[in-house]
Amino acid sequence: MSILVDKNTRLVVQGVTGREGLFHTEQMVNYGTQVVAGTRPGKGGEWVLDGKVPVFDSVKVAVEATGANTSIIFVPAKGAKDAMLEAADSGVEFVVCLTEHVPVQDMMIVRSYYDQKGIRLLGPNCPGLLTPGEAKVGIIPGDIAIPGDVGVVSRSGTLTYEVLYALKERGMGASTCVGIGGDPVNGTNFIDCLRMFEEDDQTDRVVMIGEIGGTDEEKAAEFINKHMTKPVVSFIAGKTAPPGKRMGHAGAIVEGGEGTAAEKVKALEKAGVRVADHPEQIAEMLAG
Amino acid sequence: MKLHEYQSKQIFAQYGVPVPKGRVASTPAEARQIAQELGGRVVIKSQVLVGGRGKAGGIKLAKDAEEAEKLAGDILTMTIKGLPVRKVLVDPAAEIKTEIYLGITNDRAARRPVLMGSAAGGVDIEEVAATTPEKIIKVHIDPLMGLQDYQILDMALGIELPKELWGEFNTVCQGLWRAYKESDATLAEINPLAILGDGHLAALDGKMILDENALYRHPELAEKRDLDVEAESEIEANKYGLTYIKLEGEIGCMVNGAGLAMATMDIIKHFGGEPANFLDIGGGATAEKVSAAIRIILKDPNVKAVLFNIFGGITRGDVVAEGILTALDEVKPSVPLVVRLAGTNAAEGRAMLAGANMITAETLAEAAQKAVAAAKGELK
Repeated sequence: MSILVDKNTRLVVQGVTGREGLFHTEQMVNYGTQVVAGTRPGKGGEWVLDGKVPVFDSVKVAVEATGANTSIIFVPAKGAKDAMLEAADSGVEFVVCLTEHVPVQDMMIVRSYYDQKGIRLLGPNCPGLLTPGEAKVGIIPGDIAIPGDVGVVSRSGTLTYEVLYALKERGMGASTCVGIGGDPVNGTNFIDCLRMFEEDDQTDRVVMIGEIGGTDEEKAAEFINKHMTKPVVSFIAGKTAPPGKRMGHAGAIVEGGEGTAAEKVKALEKAGVRVADHPEQIAEMLAG
Repeated sequence: MKLHEYQSKQIFAQYGVPVPKGRVASTPAEARQIAQELGGRVVIKSQVLVGGRGKAGGIKLAKDAEEAEKLAGDILTMTIKGLPVRKVLVDPAAEIKTEIYLGITNDRAARRPVLMGSAAGGVDIEEVAATTPEKIIKVHIDPLMGLQDYQILDMALGIELPKELWGEFNTVCQGLWRAYKESDATLAEINPLAILGDGHLAALDGKMILDENALYRHPELAEKRDLDVEAESEIEANKYGLTYIKLEGEIGCMVNGAGLAMATMDIIKHFGGEPANFLDIGGGATAEKVSAAIRIILKDPNVKAVLFNIFGGITRGDVVAEGILTALDEVKPSVPLVVRLAGTNAAEGRAMLAGANMITAETLAEAAQKAVAAAKGELK
């Protein structure tokens, strides 16, 4: 088993004809993900990738025609809110939004609507997820991870690749790797993933990669303390970040002394989580 | 993006929030003119994007137009916390009976906006929040429904506002909410919202922070950006879609991804060095972007070594290598360079860089250790 995506995932790609959308759809198809449809208003009836993926005008039509159950969004920030709301009304159960720079007020509206509908969202501003050997839904490079028993959840993109690669180098694999993204208001969070990993048969241990800003890591620490029986190893990026400075992610801001790396490390260690000094050390800690 | 007090108050006024009738001046003569038109005592307020203006001497009371000119002249030559004062706001002096705090911001944990109010408004509101948080009333706003009148009544009752001001208070709150929502603000704040001697409400100070990601739909607000608050190198970086923040250390860093960039800074520190900057080249970096990044890093005279850490996903190793080669050709750096490429097309990138005079590393830990050694002159 794994969490959220596997070989039975039937994926529809919103924005499949764009440059990024097309490139990564091909990567996902090559990895073996069942990409059953793409959408682009006005291009319904066309095909992309040499007839491998049919294009529909809307997500709803795509879902009716192909039975897609998961959507991934490669739409630019200006259209991301509409794309997420469209997906929520289309009949899919799970929506992954990769788009960065989505306005936060748009996200508050989207998240509120998803909560009402009871549909799961991952992202935005995230690399998506990878269940090695089964499905790649997003842009995490497929060749840096092998199947295994480590569940990985992260707020960062490339830092996650770093960790997956270090695990692979030591012969360790992942059950599923989930990039939740670093935006201040988003969908699936650490606790959602930790709960799913705790219940997943294939996952025996968990890696959680956090960064400065917000209090999600502190809340995750509380959850781990109360509910997790599987061991968790963590890394928090941003120990050297100066307070009050924006480090590229909307989420990576230290607000009024809240959400510093030191506070997060302290909370995690108190919950019995081993916290690595640098990312490559995570693999050593899991091995040891 | 932060707005100045006068800009925030102009926006509030557009939404029906009562603000003083003052205007902004760039010269002492203009300040005199405005004070004359207003008549009577005026307050001269420096317009700089830092807190603590009053304590720094940047807010002064003038009894007439002549004194307004003199004080404006003094304030316009000041530098407050490193920022030059280029404008002053000249407002009529107000008789304040009570100072209320009122603000709307994003409550990240609740994933919705929150209206906050306190009867203990004024300069010490942060102290109030820290020591007596129960004096701050919070009303969460459903982003799909907007701020409702009954919620404003809840707030008025919470801060024990006199009954005769409830109508005016509703106008202020609805105006603030619309200003926040329609400007895509992450903060819209009135502190103080004063009950004046005449018994009416007025927003005596205003503050707005706008969501950078939403500025594309507010071109008229984007023009209000104050470039003084951003370092020249950070503005230059923005032009190329890079995020650069200057720090005090000696090891320059160029990394793709904010999380990995922070982790790279952390590991430099872990092995005894100090990062000179944060620099995220983002996803899908072009050779042009990489080249600009290197030029910006090397402009910092403190930099004694540079570490390139690129883990390819969207970003391709060969494209980054091309950018590095182009930049080296232009800049001809005199400091040692450590490069570590991994992920998509890393092998191609490494092959392209083999001929360049660079120190290479396989892992992040190795790269950081080599950069620290190189900065100390122990490795060339």
